[in-house]
Amino acid sequence: MQGPLLDLLRAARSAGLRISPAESIDAARAVEQVGYADRTTLRDTLSLVLAKTVEEKRAFADCFDLFFSRTGFAPEPPPDAAAKADSPLAQMLLSGDRSGLAAAAEQAAVEAGVGNITIFTQVNLYTRRILERMGLAALDREIAAAPPATAERLREGRERLREGVRELVQQNLALYARGQAEEYRNRTLARTRLAAIDRRDHDRMRRLVRAMARRLAAQYGRRRKRRRRGLLDARRTIRRNMGWDGLPFIPVWKQEVIDKPKLVVLCDVSGSVAAMAQFLLLFLYSLNEALSGLRAFAFSGTLVDVSDLLEGQPIERAIPAVLDRAGFGSSNYGQALADFAEHHMALLDSRTTVIILGDGRGNRTDPRTEILAAMANRAKQIVWLNPETRPLWGTGDSDMPRYAPHCRIAAVCNTLDQLDRVIGGLLRDGA
Amino acid sequence: MLPPWHSLLHSIDATDRGLEAAGYIASRPISTAVYLAHHLQKPILVEGPAGVGKTELAKALASWLGLGLIRMQCYEGLDESKALYEWKYGKQLLYTQILKDRLGAALGEEPGLDAALARLHGFGDLFFSEQFLEPRPLLRALREPGGAVLLIDEIDKADQEFEAFLLELLSDYQVSIPEIGTIRATVPPLVLLTSNSQRDLGDALKRRCLHLHIGLPDARLEARIVAARVPGVEEGLRRQLVAFVQQLRTLDLKKLPSVSETIDWARTLLLLHVRELDAALIRDTLNVLLKFESDIEAADPRLAELLQAAARESVPVR
Repeated sequence: MQGPLLDLLRAARSAGLRISPAESIDAARAVEQVGYADRTTLRDTLSLVLAKTVEEKRAFADCFDLFFSRTGFAPEPPPDAAAKADSPLAQMLLSGDRSGLAAAAEQAAVEAGVGNITIFTQVNLYTRRILERMGLAALDREIAAAPPATAERLREGRERLREGVRELVQQNLALYARGQAEEYRNRTLARTRLAAIDRRDHDRMRRLVRAMARRLAAQYGRRRKRRRRGLLDARRTIRRNMGWDGLPFIPVWKQEVIDKPKLVVLCDVSGSVAAMAQFLLLFLYSLNEALSGLRAFAFSGTLVDVSDLLEGQPIERAIPAVLDRAGFGSSNYGQALADFAEHHMALLDSRTTVIILGDGRGNRTDPRTEILAAMANRAKQIVWLNPETRPLWGTGDSDMPRYAPHCRIAAVCNTLDQLDRVIGGLLRDGA
Repeated sequence: MLPPWHSLLHSIDATDRGLEAAGYIASRPISTAVYLAHHLQKPILVEGPAGVGKTELAKALASWLGLGLIRMQCYEGLDESKALYEWKYGKQLLYTQILKDRLGAALGEEPGLDAALARLHGFGDLFFSEQFLEPRPLLRALREPGGAVLLIDEIDKADQEFEAFLLELLSDYQVSIPEIGTIRATVPPLVLLTSNSQRDLGDALKRRCLHLHIGLPDARLEARIVAARVPGVEEGLRRQLVAFVQQLRTLDLKKLPSVSETIDWARTLLLLHVRELDAALIRDTLNVLLKFESDIEAADPRLAELLQAAARESVPVR
């Protein structure tokens, strides 16, 4: 396989495409078939073989364009016949040979191993290495020895060259190092406490949450039937074995159909958990896109049904709308539970899972645990996700120890990883 | 062995022209995919919104190459007895009944049970041979002597187990039948799988396929498609209606109108002898383009505005 194709594959991997060795071979075969002559065809071809989703196709197209866009060196001033130079680099600078410079820079870049660049702090290092290989030392000596006019021109040329090479290194950084850095940041972010996430990371966080919700939904959507070995389905067995005069050669077992989970989510959006509520709402929103039949409520003082808000609007508008309608008061869990019991108790049946997201701090109002107990009786299960760590439960105005006995799961949940684990577990059990 | 239609697919341009001759206006990636599918002997997995011509591509391909189109619609619960082969149980039973006397005669003169059994073994696998095999679409596609176009439609609707079952077929163009052995295609069929992305397909399946995504076409391509499919529409109107549909797609709708809706609409306008679009006419025929009541309500107040924008944007068609 040729070098350039390998480099391109490496760049594509770093752009987030998963390319197996078998696919590399396929890519090589495909390229052999169509040739390198037409770039659009080449891009279409590789995109067909390598990218397996629409997002990957977009990422690949970007990567492909970046790969083939070579840094343009700044145009040199018109050649000056009077100026003379000895070293090839100085000659190229004086004669304004842009393509020559670019080729030399590429060559030096390969020799310096610029493809191994992993982090932005290495840009200066590689820039220097490349310039050295291009003969910077000789150029410096020549500048020192040359007559003033020529020296001035050479000095300007050197600056332009430095810029050009720097850009080349930056481009390589963008091509080869993006994947690792991205992955590292995503991993750390998933483990950071939701409340402590920096504002500039919100966008990235959004993407992570959505990806996670989609993955969970796909995982769940996969198996909706489970075979129950040992229980014969008489009707379907007879039907299946008609061909043998009804002699049951192939037994058919009864199947258990796993229902779509009915989820009712109550989300605390009061001031104390506001930072976290954003992400919980985001998660709800993404989950709502993936699973149908989700009812969402938000509360701080009183309970508000927000299913319609999440349903009909894009995310940027939905979350502020929810916070606007219910948020930023001081929380009153007792009141919220009472509201639920009054208007929405009918939603609960033996297949419903209730998820409550909140810190359980009711500002010393009546916790109304008896309502939660009634809900637990009606529903399949109650899951309480609390952003506070366990030692804090029960301190101050926290009513958590009183609520916890009625929940099947009462768990700490303040990072994306924990949220993933809890909800993933719920869906797997056919919540 | 190279099939007779091999020479038709000698270049990407030839593929492009061939598909066009069959009434399918392909964008460049589509022709590239078809060309590569044949030369690399890989199936194409076609994804994209409903109505952009995924199934149509297979039909056009079959008619251009003069091959049979074998179509298999996937659904939940599809298994190998419906997709690959089934034994003809009825025929087997009937034959055993008819041959009962003969069997008796054939075995009659043998003295003991063991000898009779040995003799019976001598007949070979009488009832599990090819004559009693009922080929289903996949097997038919493999056994077609001159090759075929196999369309596995909406693979995302089938179960995951079925997907795994397809892997052998897709990578080696062969299937294993326990009673008979491995059946291998002499001329590998051109395989197209379509998916509406209802669920994520497995990586193993995706890895074996060329992944082609057909999106909604741009104005130029769409105008060519309309011209090819509804030749009666005059050029001015065609340009207008395509530009309008393109504008309509910029709205935030539940289901964007795709190519098939544009073609339907063009046919509708042709039937109504329309020469020029106006807002009232569009309002009356909007239900051809938009399939949800809420979408129609969303688009209704903005029709005039969209029509104006379309008039500005409309591009000349070659």
